[in-house]
Amino acid sequence: MAEKRKKKLGIKQRYSMLTRGLSWETTYQDMDKVFPYDKFEGIHIHDWEAWEDPFRLTMDAYWKFQSEKEKKLYAVIDSFAQNNGHLGITDARYVNAIKLFLTGISPAEYQAARGFTHVGRQFRGVGPRVACQMQAIDELRHAQTQIHSMSHYNKYFDGLHSGPYMHDRVWYLSVPKSFFDDARTAGPFEFLTSISFAFEYVLTNLLFVPFMSGAAFNGDMATVTFGFSAQSDEARHMTLGLAVIKFMLEQDERNIPIVQRWMDKWFWRGTRLLTLVAMMMDYMLPKRVMSWREAWDIYFTEAGGALFKDLERYGIRPPKYADIATKEAEHLSHQAWHIFYNYTHAAAFHTWVPEKEELDWLSEKYPNTFDKYYRPRLEYLDKEEKAGRRFYNDTLPMLCQVCQIPMGYTEMDDPTTISFQSSEYKGDKYHTCSLGCKDIFDYEPEKYVQAWLPVHQIYQGNCGGPEIEDVLKWYNFNLGADNLDYSGSPDQKLWNEWQAHRKKA
Amino acid sequence: MSRKVSITLQNNDDARPIIEAIEKDNPDSTVNIYPAMVKIDCEGRLIVKQETVEALLGREWDVQELHLSIVSMAGNVDEEDEYFELSWNL
Amino acid sequence: MSLEIKINVIKPRRQTFAHVAKRLGEDKPATRYQEGTWDMQPTTNFHYRPIWDSKREIFDTGLTIIKMEDWYTFNDPRQFYYGTYTLARHKMMEAEDSHFKVIDKNKMMDLMTPEWLQKVKEYLLPLRHFEWGANMNNCDSADKAYGVAVNQVMLFSAMDRLGMAQIISRIGLQLDDSTGKSLDQAKIDWMESDLWQGVRKMLEDSFVVEDWFELLVAQNLCMDGVVFPLFYQHFEDAGRDQGGVAIAMLNEFMQDWGKDEKRWLDHLLKVTAAESPENAIIMSKWVSHWMDRAVNAFTPIAHHILGDEAPNILQSIRNDIIKRANKSGIEI
Repeated sequence: MAEKRKKKLGIKQRYSMLTRGLSWETTYQDMDKVFPYDKFEGIHIHDWEAWEDPFRLTMDAYWKFQSEKEKKLYAVIDSFAQNNGHLGITDARYVNAIKLFLTGISPAEYQAARGFTHVGRQFRGVGPRVACQMQAIDELRHAQTQIHSMSHYNKYFDGLHSGPYMHDRVWYLSVPKSFFDDARTAGPFEFLTSISFAFEYVLTNLLFVPFMSGAAFNGDMATVTFGFSAQSDEARHMTLGLAVIKFMLEQDERNIPIVQRWMDKWFWRGTRLLTLVAMMMDYMLPKRVMSWREAWDIYFTEAGGALFKDLERYGIRPPKYADIATKEAEHLSHQAWHIFYNYTHAAAFHTWVPEKEELDWLSEKYPNTFDKYYRPRLEYLDKEEKAGRRFYNDTLPMLCQVCQIPMGYTEMDDPTTISFQSSEYKGDKYHTCSLGCKDIFDYEPEKYVQAWLPVHQIYQGNCGGPEIEDVLKWYNFNLGADNLDYSGSPDQKLWNEWQAHRKKA
Repeated sequence: MSRKVSITLQNNDDARPIIEAIEKDNPDSTVNIYPAMVKIDCEGRLIVKQETVEALLGREWDVQELHLSIVSMAGNVDEEDEYFELSWNL
Repeated sequence: MSLEIKINVIKPRRQTFAHVAKRLGEDKPATRYQEGTWDMQPTTNFHYRPIWDSKREIFDTGLTIIKMEDWYTFNDPRQFYYGTYTLARHKMMEAEDSHFKVIDKNKMMDLMTPEWLQKVKEYLLPLRHFEWGANMNNCDSADKAYGVAVNQVMLFSAMDRLGMAQIISRIGLQLDDSTGKSLDQAKIDWMESDLWQGVRKMLEDSFVVEDWFELLVAQNLCMDGVVFPLFYQHFEDAGRDQGGVAIAMLNEFMQDWGKDEKRWLDHLLKVTAAESPENAIIMSKWVSHWMDRAVNAFTPIAHHILGDEAPNILQSIRNDIIKRANKSGIEI
């Protein structure tokens, strides 16, 4: 061994030798049989080797960093439980955000894990395959750490006891479920565009960052910790999202219109899904960090603007209807909260009319819309409730065929008119809530007619029985505890008892 | 239109020297403090240098340790042994 | 502040989630493994069928002919969820890394005779491609598996195989002073050498197996059942007198991993066979078929390294697989 020992390989070179060199072109079986799914979407890839690895973690480093994160996280979860951390939150109303998260988002994390496992097997390029596999196992991490963090809340509060079961059945949970089902049933490149790019790169900041900061502000250290611990993986995931987009765009110009259409679709689908988060931020955090509108400005208008400027050179434009979505940021959290206020007797979390200071905060944050359209309505509902006439809507709403949100959103230039679109397919009429959702339906009607629309299913008798109460039992709700207004709930009663004891002590 | 890149880090002891190093190496950056996190914006380009972090920490620091503290980012990533850089193509 | 509150006021209202309590019994605290595993996968009311395979649902029990009344009958005896899994692997990897350091520092690779060094390059380095193939197969089983219990075990195994492929690659880089030349040669051997073509053909054939449980049995019981004892015990023994101590040290991760694999795999096979005689019969056919293929595929490399001892050793390895299968209730 005469030649001088090279002490250390550079990170790129080392990663390439330890990873990229592993695969081979199969000869005993046709490559198209080994990888049957990565061509049918019409994405042309000439050179998989041109894939730029978005990050370069080998498994030794992966286990090292991840186990360190896990050690820290579980130490916090343990201490949160041992010290009854739930007593340190600002107000029990806050827990309703956690309920929505555990039933709506955590099952979606597991869906993501399975989706990335699928594409982690199906791409013929070794670079994207390894990146997807790592994300698959990360997403499993997120599902499990969320369940473990929120397990403590489940011991003390209602509405958290049946997350996965509810996710498969409850009407508003079909919004996130259908989103992820849609992505998972798409081809592998569309899956990555939907989850890695549209969701992780463009929109995930809106979900996690302000929400986790909000959790910190509201004394929920368990959620802050899992949130930030999960976000530390997200940086890798976002990078993968951008890498796959650039890879497709650079490989063949025929890919450009396909990618553009996917971006348009998944941006719109993502913003619809995130209205649940908008509502959490503006209405469910007792102490607020920033409004949905502000988060939208920082994370979509500013960060997204720079991103799409960067993609311009490939011939990509910002997603269609981005302008409408930006207008919607003034309205949607209020409209969504109103929908849930109407139907909270059929939801596994509580709603309420915000207190006066909270209404003032909303007035301040939404000077163009709140006082004009939404505050009077909330004050009216408050008056009705105080007079013993808490309003619950007893008719079932029509759902959008695509996003599955009740058709209660308005035209943005006329917030007193419900936005309403429809399409014909094979002699039947299908309704959508917006031009964005209508476009999605019209491009792939054969997919969206399959949707398991909760309200249709209830009327068809597939959900436990004809009465609302039958349906709620079928959802596994504890009636009178999981549902209805926060005022008068067992959660509220217990919280007040804890507070009283605290004062005495 | 503004072409800001950004990095968001947890506001904790592990991240503090990294934040300080970023401020040092990117004099034009703006530091925004939120509950539990710090978001640093910079026009066009932002770099985290191993050398600077190591000097502040007084020990060896692997650039990939950044993954323990990072919350979010915006920009194209270039990760090397000696640095981690975010940029938009100007 | 919380300590000021009387115990009776903060008594938990329930011990765990409803779906976990249903399996565990009411009012029992559940483990993190149980809460993070049981019934977490969606089971019904899927919105759309895959556009890439409209015959199936997103989660579908019909992707294997094995039938289970309940796919959570199997529980990982190691109780691995993501957290415990990464901690366990990091610990194994730390030990492995310290072996690499000691070997590098003391130039222990140089202790090998030139003949044995050549043999190591021929038998061990191409095996990184086998590990990569195993990664693909376990990823495929993880993708199609029903229920979180089996899915996560397979996903962890897939990542482990990538990890082991990288350990073998690092051994190559130690042998060629980080030029990567030894890895390039290993790839040529993998693609062209007669010693490897049977293995490569078997693996490529397994890539197109549709039934994920068959693939799981083929890869983990049959192929691994040959590879782990053959490469990490018998080949190691053969190099013992030729300065092979460094390789023996570096084999430790794979040896520990092989033991770990047996723990969950044999239990999975046992639970599955116990479910019904039909399951046991199906698995018996798979084991016979893939075990014979695996033994035949590895025969040339076994001869190359072990010479005349190869037939006896392969026979004993085959007998061990049969013993394990029988013990799990699969008659061969």
